[in-house]
Amino acid sequence: MEPIAPFIALDPINMVGLFLIGFVGGMVSGFIGSGGAFVLTPAMMSMGVPGIVAVASNMCHKFPKALVGAYKRAKYGQVDLKLGIIFGLAAEAGVLVGAHLQQAVERTFGNAGSNLYVSVVFVIVLSVVGGFVLRDGIRSWRAGDGFDDNQPGRLARRVQAINIPGTMMYFKSIGTRVSVLILFPLGFATGLLAATIAVGGFIGVPSMMYVLGVPGIMASATELVVAFVMGLGGSIKFASAGFVDIRLAMIILAGSLFGIQIGAIGTTYVRPYVIKLVMGVIMVTVLFSRLIVIPVYLADLELIGTLPTTTERLLRDGSFYTLVAALLIGAAAIFRALWIGMRESRGTVAA
Amino acid sequence: MHVRARLQAKTLRTVLLGVFSLFLYVLLFAFEERILLLSTQGSLAFLTPISIALVFSFVHGAFTSNFWDVLGVRPKTRREPRRWNR
Repeated sequence: MEPIAPFIALDPINMVGLFLIGFVGGMVSGFIGSGGAFVLTPAMMSMGVPGIVAVASNMCHKFPKALVGAYKRAKYGQVDLKLGIIFGLAAEAGVLVGAHLQQAVERTFGNAGSNLYVSVVFVIVLSVVGGFVLRDGIRSWRAGDGFDDNQPGRLARRVQAINIPGTMMYFKSIGTRVSVLILFPLGFATGLLAATIAVGGFIGVPSMMYVLGVPGIMASATELVVAFVMGLGGSIKFASAGFVDIRLAMIILAGSLFGIQIGAIGTTYVRPYVIKLVMGVIMVTVLFSRLIVIPVYLADLELIGTLPTTTERLLRDGSFYTLVAALLIGAAAIFRALWIGMRESRGTVAA
Repeated sequence: MHVRARLQAKTLRTVLLGVFSLFLYVLLFAFEERILLLSTQGSLAFLTPISIALVFSFVHGAFTSNFWDVLGVRPKTRREPRRWNR
């Protein structure tokens, strides 16, 4: 192929690699509502794809994947379409503001400053929200049958009690009316995070669960609608500027659609706390991957002494492989849950 | 006999969807230069990648869904999510 800027020629080994990462990322997305993007973008960049093309192509595989996942999980009765669309529109506004913020940071502090900003956001959000989700997942797991996932927490009960006339709307996943004025900042924060670290679901799903009182399984399914709305808007924006490499997007989509079916099917066999556990473990593992690489960005900004080349390489590689490990841990947990669930289910039918 | 006929029809549908999906991928790479050029030119350039993504999601999505179904990887049968019948 003759070179067409800004696109690169693709080699078969990289294509197979992207297909496989797409498969694992799709499986995690189908199960917890998001994920995969944090590995795909750096993976494409390591192939020589320019950063903006990697982000744009990733976005363009995300919205059709989310569409298929949302449709599948809607068939299981897990999706709140109204909540997803309203949340998604607010998230779209967050994406636009987040992208401007990201560009402003890059203009002021350069590429290293932008990387440090992304890492700091990663660390703060994942340590606070990820730690909370994981702790709650472990608590529900230990409580066993004594824990009722249908019951909203204290914060959600308070939010549900707020009545702002003219803004109240009924949502089937919450089972009551909630003000859209409360939904908007949550959706906006989801979009802001998506524009910064590419995984808005790390805010979207926990905020639906803990602030609105949506059960974990429905929150993760509804997040796929949010991802579709956000992804479609973002893809149109990037594609209008000519940054989408549709070949890359469709290779990833080829793998991720196999994966998303498995992830979605897996949700029908597990108890809701498993979603929280998987999500919490992934978030905390991703947190470590970003912590590892922070000294590299600090050195780039000359805030600490220069690092030896081998140390820098070791830290960057360590960070990337920790991200891959986060995805693989999630995928292994989903496979295990699916395997055990299907075996038990067949045993019940046979009995 | 009835179940076997239904399984065969499902397998046939899966194979046809798989062939169609593969055909779309062959087309994408056979015309990659033209498609990439279309993706970067004109004010409506965004329509090329967006429409390709939608078509692939319908065809490949239907194929992958049927693929796992034929292999026996199926959801736990129920209409309501688990949270209502724990």
